[in-house]
Amino acid sequence: MTSRRYFWNRFFEKSLAVSAFVSIATLLGIFLLLAIHSWRAFERIGLGEFFSLNAWNPAAYDTPSYGIGALLLGTALTTLGATAIAAPIGVGMAFFLSEIAPLWLRNLLKPIVELMAAVPSVVMGFVGIVLVGPFLARVFGLPNGLNALNGSILLAFMALPTVISISEDVVQAVPRAYKEASYALGANRWETLTRVTLPACYSGLLAAIMLGVGRAIGETMTVLMATGNATAIPQGFFSSVRTITATVAIEMGEVPTGTTHYYALFACALVLFLITLTINFAAERVAARLRKRGQ
Amino acid sequence: MTIRKLRMWIGMASLIVCALGVAAFMVIMLFDLSRQGIPVLSWEFLTSFPRQGMTAGGIWPAVFGTTVVTLLATLLAAPLGVACAVWLEEYAGEGAFTQFTRAAVRNLAGVPSIVYGLFGLAIFVEGMRMGASILASACTLALLTLPSVIATTEEALRQVPRALREGALALGATRWETTYSVVLPTALPGILTGVILALSRAAGETAPILFTGVAFYTRYLPASPFDEFMALPYHLYILSTQHHDPELVRPLAYGTAIALLLLVFLLNLVAFVLRAQYHPKKRL
Repeated sequence: MTSRRYFWNRFFEKSLAVSAFVSIATLLGIFLLLAIHSWRAFERIGLGEFFSLNAWNPAAYDTPSYGIGALLLGTALTTLGATAIAAPIGVGMAFFLSEIAPLWLRNLLKPIVELMAAVPSVVMGFVGIVLVGPFLARVFGLPNGLNALNGSILLAFMALPTVISISEDVVQAVPRAYKEASYALGANRWETLTRVTLPACYSGLLAAIMLGVGRAIGETMTVLMATGNATAIPQGFFSSVRTITATVAIEMGEVPTGTTHYYALFACALVLFLITLTINFAAERVAARLRKRGQ
Repeated sequence: MTIRKLRMWIGMASLIVCALGVAAFMVIMLFDLSRQGIPVLSWEFLTSFPRQGMTAGGIWPAVFGTTVVTLLATLLAAPLGVACAVWLEEYAGEGAFTQFTRAAVRNLAGVPSIVYGLFGLAIFVEGMRMGASILASACTLALLTLPSVIATTEEALRQVPRALREGALALGATRWETTYSVVLPTALPGILTGVILALSRAAGETAPILFTGVAFYTRYLPASPFDEFMALPYHLYILSTQHHDPELVRPLAYGTAIALLLLVFLLNLVAFVLRAQYHPKKRL
């Protein structure tokens, strides 16, 4: 009887461990798949051509060209804009929630922020078409509002929940004694906030912003619907841009398996994968250093 | 003195503006979507097929497809994710393999959804020969939601007091008996919250199902897991960008958007209530 109980204990110990392999296998699987398929693309296209500013025109009949420079710029532009909007607003709102807002307002705003995180990306894209686009067109006198700025605004909004909730945790982790010492020296609330609390949680806020950016870079449907998708080299926030994610989403459904174009799209995904991995890794390092210091 | 005070008020006001701006965007967005979407919603809209080249009729096949695929994905992801979390929290020590697993889970959470779509296409659709189907999409969505199920389950397990485990072990229960009959029931509400949130995420995702099984239009409801299907998020994408006359079908698009949003918000509300009920202290 006892031995059977021990048998089950051992059995579950081993079998549960198998489930851990699924996560590892998925991550390695994704990386290997992207690497192998990209290798085939690089063999045929050449790394120099792939990372050049040449046009992205894989469907051309005579001489297809595969330069992802313009697409990378599109991703960079929308992400940069999103960061420029989301970082100050997100950190500002986190300060507001943890330092100023009365409890009832906090209890009202926190669920709203959580709901923001739940809005599906395709709905955000739709909002970009019916709400933000026409608004931008009217304000700036453009023929249509489907441009990099539109994408930036929507991406900022999608990155905000991440930025806000992590920043808020970081701000609340600042020891009370710091603030009390500052007040005791005669500083007012704003001075305490900007000269004591803010420097104390600098790296944590950086991690929060980076995680938000990581989410914005990988976003697909929103930018696909809101930025206009022109493959030309972007001229600024008012030009129509196409991101790497949007390119994969648009073209993958139409290419035959095994063609150079097919592999080139996997190479695009590899670039994207490596960028997000690097950002998340860096954010984690920042956060880990912070934890170590806190102990 | 006055300059300092002035600076303080300007600073405080700017923080309030930040919060107001965020709240205002959310309110305007929800207001516009509901104003134009809710009048379109009706029992008939939800339960009839699209007609006349998707310029009339309802969204029933999309509702059906999203429900089936999401449930199937959750059925796949929940046991696997809970098992992984239980192993990490209850069995595994602090070895290199544990740390490696944790790192893998964290990094998977940051992988863009479109990359999951490509992975699903290469592995499930082509590699395992599932074809573009409900099953392939559900498997892809399951992998996508796995990291968040693991993370929330781990969090729920960490909330279970050590004393409960030690009590059970002291009574002679094995580690598995302790986990199964003491730890898991205590952590169940937290685990369910995580699973429901994963469900809501899977319901709203478009990019992972784009190449793995979603269809522009199907004449009939899918009859087997190997059929293609329609889905609410993809239907919204089609109606708002790929349709030959997007202005004409705008009301239908609004209706689809608000249906999807209501579904997702409803799931979040359930999760919220569940959490508030079992963690009165952690109430937000």
